[in-house]
Amino acid sequence: MRRDKKEDEDGGNPFYNLEKSTVLQEARTFNETPIKIRKCCHILTKILYLINQGEHIGTTEATEAFFAMTKLFQSKDVTLRRMVYLCIKEMATISEDVIIVTSSLTKDMTGKEDQFRAPAIRALCRITDSTMLQAIERYLKQAIVDKVHAVSSAALTSSLHLAKVNPDVVKRWVNEAQEAVSSDNVMVQYHALGLLYHIRKSDRLAVTKLVSKFAKHSLKSPYAYCLLIRIACKLLRDDDSGMDSPMFDFIESCLRHKSEMVIYEAAHAIVNMKQTTAKELAPAVSVLQLFCSSPKPTLRFAAVRTLNKVAMTHPAAVTACNLDLENLITDVNRSIATLAITTLLKTGSESSIDRLMKQISSFMSEISDEFKIVVVQAVKSLCMKFPRKHSIMMNFLSSMLRDEGGFEYKKAIVDSIICIIEENPEAKEVGLAHLCEFIEDCEHTVLATRILHLLGREGPRTPQPSKYIRFIYNRVILESASVRAAAVTALAKFGGHCEELMPSVIVLLHRSQLDTDDEVRDRATFYVNVLQQKQAALNSAYILNGLQVSIIGLERALHQYTLEPAEKPFDLKSVPLATQPLAEQKTAAVGPGETPGVKATEKVAASRQDIYAEQLAAVPQFANLGPLFKSSSMPLELTESETEYSVRCVKHMFPHHIVFQFDCTNTLNDQVLENVTVHMESTEDFEVINYVPAPSLPYDKPGITYTLVRLPDDPTQVTTSFTCTLKFVVKDCDPNTGIPDDDGYEDEYVLEDVELLVADHVQKVMKPNFAASWDEVAEENELEDTFALSTMKTLPDAVKNVIQFMGLQPCERSDKVAEGKNTHTLYLAGVYRGGHDVLVRAKMVLDDSVTMQLTVRSTDAHASEVIVSAVG
Amino acid sequence: MDTSVPEPSLYIVKAILILDNDGNRLISKYYDDTYPTPKEQKAFEKSLFTKTHRANAEIIMLEGLTCVYRSNVDLFFYVIGSAQENELILVNVLNCFYDAVSQILRKNVEKRALMENLDGIFLAIDEVCDNGIILESDSSAISQKVSFRSDDIPLGEQTVAQVTHNASLSSLVLHSAKEQLKWSLLK
Repeated sequence: MRRDKKEDEDGGNPFYNLEKSTVLQEARTFNETPIKIRKCCHILTKILYLINQGEHIGTTEATEAFFAMTKLFQSKDVTLRRMVYLCIKEMATISEDVIIVTSSLTKDMTGKEDQFRAPAIRALCRITDSTMLQAIERYLKQAIVDKVHAVSSAALTSSLHLAKVNPDVVKRWVNEAQEAVSSDNVMVQYHALGLLYHIRKSDRLAVTKLVSKFAKHSLKSPYAYCLLIRIACKLLRDDDSGMDSPMFDFIESCLRHKSEMVIYEAAHAIVNMKQTTAKELAPAVSVLQLFCSSPKPTLRFAAVRTLNKVAMTHPAAVTACNLDLENLITDVNRSIATLAITTLLKTGSESSIDRLMKQISSFMSEISDEFKIVVVQAVKSLCMKFPRKHSIMMNFLSSMLRDEGGFEYKKAIVDSIICIIEENPEAKEVGLAHLCEFIEDCEHTVLATRILHLLGREGPRTPQPSKYIRFIYNRVILESASVRAAAVTALAKFGGHCEELMPSVIVLLHRSQLDTDDEVRDRATFYVNVLQQKQAALNSAYILNGLQVSIIGLERALHQYTLEPAEKPFDLKSVPLATQPLAEQKTAAVGPGETPGVKATEKVAASRQDIYAEQLAAVPQFANLGPLFKSSSMPLELTESETEYSVRCVKHMFPHHIVFQFDCTNTLNDQVLENVTVHMESTEDFEVINYVPAPSLPYDKPGITYTLVRLPDDPTQVTTSFTCTLKFVVKDCDPNTGIPDDDGYEDEYVLEDVELLVADHVQKVMKPNFAASWDEVAEENELEDTFALSTMKTLPDAVKNVIQFMGLQPCERSDKVAEGKNTHTLYLAGVYRGGHDVLVRAKMVLDDSVTMQLTVRSTDAHASEVIVSAVG
Repeated sequence: MDTSVPEPSLYIVKAILILDNDGNRLISKYYDDTYPTPKEQKAFEKSLFTKTHRANAEIIMLEGLTCVYRSNVDLFFYVIGSAQENELILVNVLNCFYDAVSQILRKNVEKRALMENLDGIFLAIDEVCDNGIILESDSSAISQKVSFRSDDIPLGEQTVAQVTHNASLSSLVLHSAKEQLKWSLLK
């Protein structure tokens, strides 16, 4: 019984701890005569096992074993022979000279022993290269139409594999494949259909015929049906033909097939079609509904997953299944349960939410974090859809927040709550209260600091700011250094915003000045000093609104400053401003699943201007222009699409100049353009002072040319229109080699006009606390005017247009107009060229059209004037 | 939405796996390069096993793949396809494979029996799926092709070890057979 004991140690696996070298040594047994069948079989199994475990076998060793293995063809034993075939296939890629077994395999393939023929074909096709394919082609064609099903299937599948490298040879076998499709064996039929489609797939007409032929003759194999449905679907998709096509009828008829696999394939296909209406969806949805109550988990899963997809586009179509879906909420397979819930949340009406939420709460404790996150995201999107239900959702989210859970899960909940707070002002106080409670017992520093930051921003503006102080101050006493630092900042914001709280906040901050951590102490000291000045402007600039510069830009500017120490102090205004990421507004619009994508674009947006700055700095002509103020965000197309040349323009604003960057692409492959410039003319005082040509513009390789324009001395003259002409030297060239002729001629190409707008002179800046900034800038350069915006019929329209004209950043979420109101106040903030803060308050009233009272404040009188002129 | 509809093709199965109850690979066949290196394959198998070994749920979406699975005693059978694949086709392949294995092992679907008949299992996988194309959907056809026991070899050619090995294959009266042999040799 010693053997048993040993086996127990290795978990009953006789192959455990196999040594590669020993096994390959053993392979020499193959050379012995007579052949010991059992032993050799066992050794082959060992080799297969080793390869299977991912063991690397060197070419020499493999070749040696392979050659030894060829001796085994002397034995007639079926199992041994088939193991040899398997090994040949496995070793085909690691051993050399595998073609030596070709003749043995060809013999087996054409031999009398049926059991050898099919696997021999498959092994042979694995080792065959295109030169040898000619030799065996005849046999393969015969094999395809062989009466033994296994042989036929083997030949058909092998042909498909071969078609990857030798498509032309395989194409010649179309007649044989055609014959095989009518086989009475299900698998042969399936494989033949697959091969036939593969050969003909580029011929649309042939494929259409193929489908209509087999749609009528009922196929035997459900697999073949699935394949045919997919082919029909592809045809429908490519033609964009409507639902009256015979293809659609065929797919629809498959919904009544006897095999579940085919029914599901058809339903899935219909659901995924582009322009389906509720009428076409209905039969598909009703079969899926039946599947929902199947005892087979996979069927339920497939059905719910597909319904979930339908719910995204046609929520109404799925409502009929709501009852079945609700039964699935308690499914043992949690993937099914989660899919069911998220589907229900998408389709549910406002009235069913209470009940649904109750149901979800009952099973939340049982499911894993991964699925919980899915539910949280569904709840979040639901909350966006039905803002009135926020109190139920908030309670639900907060109770989940109290439960056990990992970081990702908690983060998802906190994200959702923050998102709801920002979208829905009514939910703000409840949400903040929940978050306050959460940070009392939160082990995740990242989340705690994030919530503290939010409290600092939103808390002071609630009716009762004092109640948050206790929560925040508790953090100062109890938490780690980074949380304490965040708490100190949040406290200071309360002090800066609410005068009556300031004395108490200062007292609290004084205590933090004795903190053990440098950062906390520094922050406390800084804030105490600022607060003690009791100046609203200072509070706004240094506590409530913080720095607005691009971090990368600041780093670069400071580095530059330390390299070339100058007499004058470092000027913060020379640092490029942080480009307000466009993504911020987008977050609300995209679904929960897409958030990572948004983050990516945000990063790109933030660094785009820095990339431009670097590119421009490399051009010597632009060395003395000063710091880059702003680059326009979207390139402007100056040509129609599909013309000879494509030109796009980006505007770069400098303190007294503007650089137009033209990205040009030559779409003619028989021309090379040289010395390319864009000439610009304006009716006003804008003077072109320099061109930086693109030296050569070969076919399809983008090039850049710059035009430098000096802005007029009159500071209020900021807008104009330029007529643009692309000038260049054309040289004909050989499209194949791209080598141009020696002589060319000058030519020009008229581009669309480029407009210079007020928005180009302004950089968007987010002021988290607009009121404080408003007071900070003061009335000195205030301008006020009233406009009748007669073309705008709704408030959201007006808001959108005003933002676009001025190019300023909407603050305080004032870009969203509450529904059903006829007055609205829009707050905009930004920085005007030269680093002057600009703030705009636009009060709008909707009567028949929109009337707007515009108040502009700025640190510069001209800036105010220009901004007002943007609307007029 | 184009990606949600699979291209018409016979290449359906991405991988077939058998893991033991510690998540170790017993057999694995990958038919495309979703996981090209053994290291990535093992990592995938590990995460697959941790997700599936407790919940007996038959199907799971993992790393953008549809994985259907079945377990018995100490074995886990998996069939992997793309996320757009018809789940029922994959389950059909899984069931066909499982049933074939069950027939080869004479209903004794457990690790020890599997390892002792590993050659048969290798052949069975080869019959179920050829490089990602479903080759056969009838489990008894597969087990027939695989199990042709070579009982007709004259005894003289076999060593004692082979005889015991044969006996163990039949797995029925393993111990009694061994005992009998032992006694017959001792006499």
